[in-house]
Amino acid sequence: MTSTPSFYHQSAPPGLTGIKAWLLTHDHKRLGLMYLGAVLFWFTIAMVLGLLLRTELMSQGRTIMGPGLYNSFFTLHGVIMVFLFAIPAIPAIFGNFFLPIQLGTDDVFFPRLNLFSWYLFMIGGLLAIVSLFVGDGFPDTGWTFYVPFSIQNSKNVGLTVTAAFILGMSSMLTGLNFVTTFHRMRDKRMGLMQIPLFTWSLYSTAWVQILATPVIGITFILVVLERLLSIGLFDPDKGGDPLLYQHLFWMYSHPAVYIMILPGMGVISEIIPVFSRKSIFGYKAIVWSSMAIAIAGSLVWAHHMYTSGMSDVSVFVFSLLTFLVAVPSAVKVFSWIATMYKGSIEMTPPFLLALMFIYLFSVGGLTGLVLGAAGTDIHVHDTHFVVAHFHFVMFGGTGFAFFAALHYWWPKMFGVMYTFRAAYWGAVLAAIGFMFHYVPMLILGLQGMPRRYYDYLPQYETGNFLAGFGAYIMVFGIIIMFVNLLMSFRKGVPAPADPWGGTTLEWKVPSPPPVHNFIDKPQIMDFPYDFKGVGEQSQKNGR
Amino acid sequence: MRSEIDRVGLKIGMWLFLYSEIILFGGLFVLYAAYFHKHPASFAVGGKELNRVIGALNTVVLLLSSFTVAASITAIQKGSRKLTIGFLIFSIFCGFIFLVNKYFEWGAKIHHGIYPNSETLVNGEPGLNIFFGLYYVITGLHGLHIIIGMVLLSISLALVLAGKIDGSRFSMLDNSGLYWHLVDLIWIFVFPLFYLVL
Repeated sequence: MTSTPSFYHQSAPPGLTGIKAWLLTHDHKRLGLMYLGAVLFWFTIAMVLGLLLRTELMSQGRTIMGPGLYNSFFTLHGVIMVFLFAIPAIPAIFGNFFLPIQLGTDDVFFPRLNLFSWYLFMIGGLLAIVSLFVGDGFPDTGWTFYVPFSIQNSKNVGLTVTAAFILGMSSMLTGLNFVTTFHRMRDKRMGLMQIPLFTWSLYSTAWVQILATPVIGITFILVVLERLLSIGLFDPDKGGDPLLYQHLFWMYSHPAVYIMILPGMGVISEIIPVFSRKSIFGYKAIVWSSMAIAIAGSLVWAHHMYTSGMSDVSVFVFSLLTFLVAVPSAVKVFSWIATMYKGSIEMTPPFLLALMFIYLFSVGGLTGLVLGAAGTDIHVHDTHFVVAHFHFVMFGGTGFAFFAALHYWWPKMFGVMYTFRAAYWGAVLAAIGFMFHYVPMLILGLQGMPRRYYDYLPQYETGNFLAGFGAYIMVFGIIIMFVNLLMSFRKGVPAPADPWGGTTLEWKVPSPPPVHNFIDKPQIMDFPYDFKGVGEQSQKNGR
Repeated sequence: MRSEIDRVGLKIGMWLFLYSEIILFGGLFVLYAAYFHKHPASFAVGGKELNRVIGALNTVVLLLSSFTVAASITAIQKGSRKLTIGFLIFSIFCGFIFLVNKYFEWGAKIHHGIYPNSETLVNGEPGLNIFFGLYYVITGLHGLHIIIGMVLLSISLALVLAGKIDGSRFSMLDNSGLYWHLVDLIWIFVFPLFYLVL
C-alpha cells in the first residue's frame, strides 16, 4: 500500500514538474490545496481588518483610524469574508479535494474547467487588491453595494463589483462541475442513498450556486453600466426604482447564505457519526433537509427588506417562508444530537469544533427567528443585533465548520498528524473569545446601537469595549490553531490511512492519496455510516 | 482515467450553463416586468418607435440560422463534411447580418438623440427613459451573446476544417449549437417584449 506515490509526487497531467505541476494541474486534490492557500491568505487579511475595526470601536471617538478609512475597512472586511472566504472556503477546498474521492472516482468531470475556476478566483482576488490602490481607493458602501450610494460615489465601486462578478463566475462553474460529477462520475455501484452526507450537501449547494449566482451577475453588471452610462434604471428621477436593486441583490445574496452554511452542515454530518462511533441518525432526513433548505432558502430574500417599503402581504409571506427554513435546519441539529445519544464518544479536536458549531449555529439560527419575524425586526433592523446574528451563523457556523473540516481532513490531505493539546487550547480560546465578542453585540443591538456606525453614544461604551476584548482572545485562539496545524509539518508524525475510524471512502485510501485516488477498485458499502467493522480495524492498528 | 468521452455528461454541463444564462437574462426580465407594470403607457409608446420591420427581419434571420446550425450537426453525424462546413458558414453569416441590422437600428436611435443619459430621454417621460434603458441593456447583452455564439461557431468551424470534429466526436459543435439556440430563444422573448408591446 505504501509503494504507490502520493499525488504530491506525481502530476496530472503527467510530465509536469516544479511550479508547473501546480499551476497547470488538472488534479482536483492539488486545486483544493491551491484554494486552501488563497483562502487562508484572504481570511487572515479580513480577520486583521475586523480586529482593527473592533479596536477602533473599543472607545468613543477616534481611536486608531478616521471615519473614511473605517467605512472602507468594514466594506473590505465584508467583501473578503463573503466572496473570498465564506462562499468558496468549504466547497472549493474540501469539496474539490473530497467530493470525487467520496464518490469513488478519480477526478471531477471537467478537470480543466476546474483549473479555470481557480484562475477566475485568483483574478477576482487580484482585482480586489488593485481596486485598493488605484483611483479613489476602496469603496465605502458596505458589501451590499446598495444604490443610489454605490452609483453616485466616487470610489472604486466599479472595479470591486467586477471582482465580485468574476468570483461569482468561479463559484458557479465549480457548482456546475460538482453537479455533473455527482451524476456522471459516481461509482456505478453507489446508489443515491449510499452517498456520504458531505457530498450531498455539496450537491444541494451546487444547485444554489448555479441558479442564484447569475442574478448577482446581472445586478453587478447593471451597477457598472449605471456608473458608466447613467441609464437611470434605479434612479427615481429617471423613472427607476432603487428598491428593485435590493430585490435583485438579495435574490442572490440570501441564497448565498445557504451556499455558505450548507457545506458546513455537511462537514458536521461527517464528523459527528465518526466520533460517536454510531451510524448517523436520520440519514434520509438530512439529505432531504439539505435540498429543502436549498429550495426554501431561495424564496425568502425579501426578509432583508422589511423596513425598505413593501406591502404588508409581502412582508407576511416572506416572514412565513423564513420561518419555514428553520424547520429543515432544526431537523439537522436534532439528527446530530440524536446521533451522539448513546454513542461511544471519542473526543478529538474536530469533534470539539463540531460541538461548538452546533451550539453557535443554534444561537445564530434562533436569533435569526427574531429577525425573521416582521414585528421584532422593525426594532432591531440594521443594529448590532443583526451583526451578531449573522456572525453567529457565518462565523460560528461556517467558520467553525471550516476549522473542524481542517482538523478532520488535515491528516488525509497532508499525511501528518498535529498535536491535540494545542488544538484544544486554540479551539476553546476561539470559542470563549467568540462569545465575549458577539454576545455584547446582541445586547448593544437590542439597546439600539446601529451597525456600521463609526461612533456611538456613551452608554454603549462598555459593550463595545468588551466586544473588542473578546475579539483579541478569539484571534489569539485562531492563531494557536493555525500555528499548531503548521507545526505538524515540522514534527512530521505520519498519519495512518484512517486515523479517526471513518467509514467513508476517503479513509480507505492512503494519506495523502495517490494521484488517481484509488489503488484498487473501491469497496462501496451498503450504507456509508456503518461502523460495524471499525472496531476490529482500529484494534488491528493497535489503538 | 476515463477511457471514453462521456457525451451525456458534457451535455449536462452545457445545459447547466445554459440555465445560468437564462437566469442572467431572467434578472433583466424581472426588471422589465416590474417597470412595465409601473409605466404601461410609456412602454406602448416606446414600442411603437422601434422599427418592427428590422426586428421581424432579425427574428427570421436568427430562426433560419438556428435551423442551419441544427442541420450542420445532423450533417456531421451523417459524415458529410462539406455540407457541415457550408451550413456553419451560413449560420455565422446570419449572425453577422443580425449584428449589421442591430448596428443600423441603434445608429438610427442614437442619431435621433435616444441613448442612455441623452437630453431627450432625461428630460422626457421617465417611463420612456426606462423603456429605452432596458432596450439598450437587454439588446446590448443579447448582442454580446450573439458575438460569443459566433466565436464558438467559428471555433467549431475551424475544428471541422482541421478534422478534429467528425462523425464520432462532435461535442464541441453540439454544445456550440446549443448555445446558439439559447441566443435565438432569448431573442424570441426580447422581440415581442420590445417591438410588439401593445
